[in-house]
Amino acid sequence: MKKLKKTTAIDFVTYAGVILAFVVITVLKDQGMLTRSLKGQLVPICCYIVMAISLNLTVGVLGELSLGHAGFMSVGAFSGVVAAMGLQSAIPSEPLRLAIALVVGALFAAMAGAIVGVPVLRLRGDYLAIVTLAFGEIIKELINCLIVGVDSQGLHLIFNATGTKGVNDLGLLEGGKVLIKGAQGATGTQTIASFTAGFILIMVSLVVVLNLVRSRSGRAIMALRDNRIAAESVGINVTKYKLMAFVTSAALAGAAGALYGLNFSNLVATKFDFNTSILVLVFVVLGGLGNIWGSILAATVLTILPEALRGFDDYRMLIYAVVLILVMLATNNPQLKALLAKLIPHSRKGEEVNA
Amino acid sequence: MEFLSYLISGVSLGSVYAIIALGYTMVYGIAKMLNFAHGDVIMVGGYVSLMAMTGLGLPWWLAVVLAMLACTVLGVVIEGLAYKPLRAAPSLAVLITAIGVSYFLQNSALLIWGANPKAYTPIISGAVKLFDGKLSISYVSILTVVMCLVIMVALTLFTGKTRMGKAMRACSEDKAAAQLMGINVNRTISMTFAIGSALAAIAGVLLCSSYTSLMPTTGSMPGIKAFTAAVFGGIGSIPGALLGGILLGIIESMAKAYISTQLANSIVFAVLIIMLLVRPAGLLGKYVPEKV
Repeated sequence: MKKLKKTTAIDFVTYAGVILAFVVITVLKDQGMLTRSLKGQLVPICCYIVMAISLNLTVGVLGELSLGHAGFMSVGAFSGVVAAMGLQSAIPSEPLRLAIALVVGALFAAMAGAIVGVPVLRLRGDYLAIVTLAFGEIIKELINCLIVGVDSQGLHLIFNATGTKGVNDLGLLEGGKVLIKGAQGATGTQTIASFTAGFILIMVSLVVVLNLVRSRSGRAIMALRDNRIAAESVGINVTKYKLMAFVTSAALAGAAGALYGLNFSNLVATKFDFNTSILVLVFVVLGGLGNIWGSILAATVLTILPEALRGFDDYRMLIYAVVLILVMLATNNPQLKALLAKLIPHSRKGEEVNA
Repeated sequence: MEFLSYLISGVSLGSVYAIIALGYTMVYGIAKMLNFAHGDVIMVGGYVSLMAMTGLGLPWWLAVVLAMLACTVLGVVIEGLAYKPLRAAPSLAVLITAIGVSYFLQNSALLIWGANPKAYTPIISGAVKLFDGKLSISYVSILTVVMCLVIMVALTLFTGKTRMGKAMRACSEDKAAAQLMGINVNRTISMTFAIGSALAAIAGVLLCSSYTSLMPTTGSMPGIKAFTAAVFGGIGSIPGALLGGILLGIIESMAKAYISTQLANSIVFAVLIIMLLVRPAGLLGKYVPEKV
């Protein structure tokens, strides 16, 4: 048998690991061996994993720091909720409605990604970071002003910029439903998200991201990261490839958002603020830039960690902060790095070049 | 008259942003890092001054001095423990560490002072009435603007005239060359953090005096806004931070008054984005073209 390329082997191990984890957790769940709090976290963990994978595409593969990733999640979440609830009577099948909601969420987030990406990607470094942060905050406030309802005539939508309008201004017919109530967010959402859907979403994002990264386009994107000027001079279209990575990343975040939104009956736009963007960025950096399986692992561990620290109650976020600082200090300690390199020969080869 | 009063509140708010932005911009200029914990140092400054005034019964000026001392020590300790070991690390690692420090400060404050907002008595009360009482300007606003100008002048003189100031400018231009000239780079960076944190304490007192309440997350949003102000004016530039801060304050105040309260922050950020697209290095920033 022909020997697999190293990257291909790592990709296959990643797929296999996710499938194995899914099977193990499903069996444990059916046996009733999971605690209630852990069961409730399964879908959010899946969402955060997809968020981490997609942000890794922007930060790790494209090499641009984005501090507004939660904004795309928010767009996906609310458009997904509207789609799922709006089609409630038209499509009775829950899995089908969930799938449609995820696709709608991804499409809307991709649109938002394109709108944000065209101006933003002209900037560089910290300026780009601050503008993505700004866009994240703008998206949050815009959604906070949105009032959406549905009745037999279709969707009704008003934009409550002055804070004077209420749900009564929608003019819903009898039997109509309010889906998003401005600052109160989406209420009364039917929770149709499931762990299986989360698993499928993770697999889809893995296929999308890993295939993109290992393709010709992916190599172009990584060339832009490593040296933009050199890449440009060999004829790589900067805007095209940057946008490709950015929009793909936004679309996946949107799908993750839609799944997240349909997992809770109540959801407010302020959930997807700057802190959520930072949370996902922490997953990506701790998992390793450009390292997809690292992102998956970091997202899982760091979502469970605050829950696991419940016993420490008030101190848990403090411990989380200390762990975060210590891990960053330890992973960047030159002595420790040298020691690791000695212990595991050849495993860290090529790392210095990327850093 | 209404317009004038919105303008004044905008300038006063902008002066607070400017003081915070000065801290951001100095640290960025030298250490090239986004110090996300800066906003939380402001919050600590607010709490320390509150404790000094209500707990120890000290006069307000002594409370401010105490808050400045506490924040200076805090800033230097944070820099020494968390940022110094990462001098050679990639900038993202430093960013995440700064976020960790920010979480740490917020949650420590939560444990020490509790989650409920505390009432903050403004350090000076009362207001000047002009035009037969149609326009009233609070003493806190006046103090804020005066403080901002004094700090700005003092910092400009400090960075321009003193040995330490020259060392700072040298470090921000080229660390290796500065070291070869015999400048102690580590000490200079610590000094910058000390000054930035002391400014944050002043900003904390002024911010709490105009908001009249204080909670562990008080510092985050003003911190982000001040950072935006620093970028707006051109990050690394001291007059830029002042200009950016005051413009941002005026825009925010006007947007709240005439357009929409809910969308005030969005309007501020939208102006920032448009500005950055026209002038990618900020209002007063130097645009350095890339060379191959």
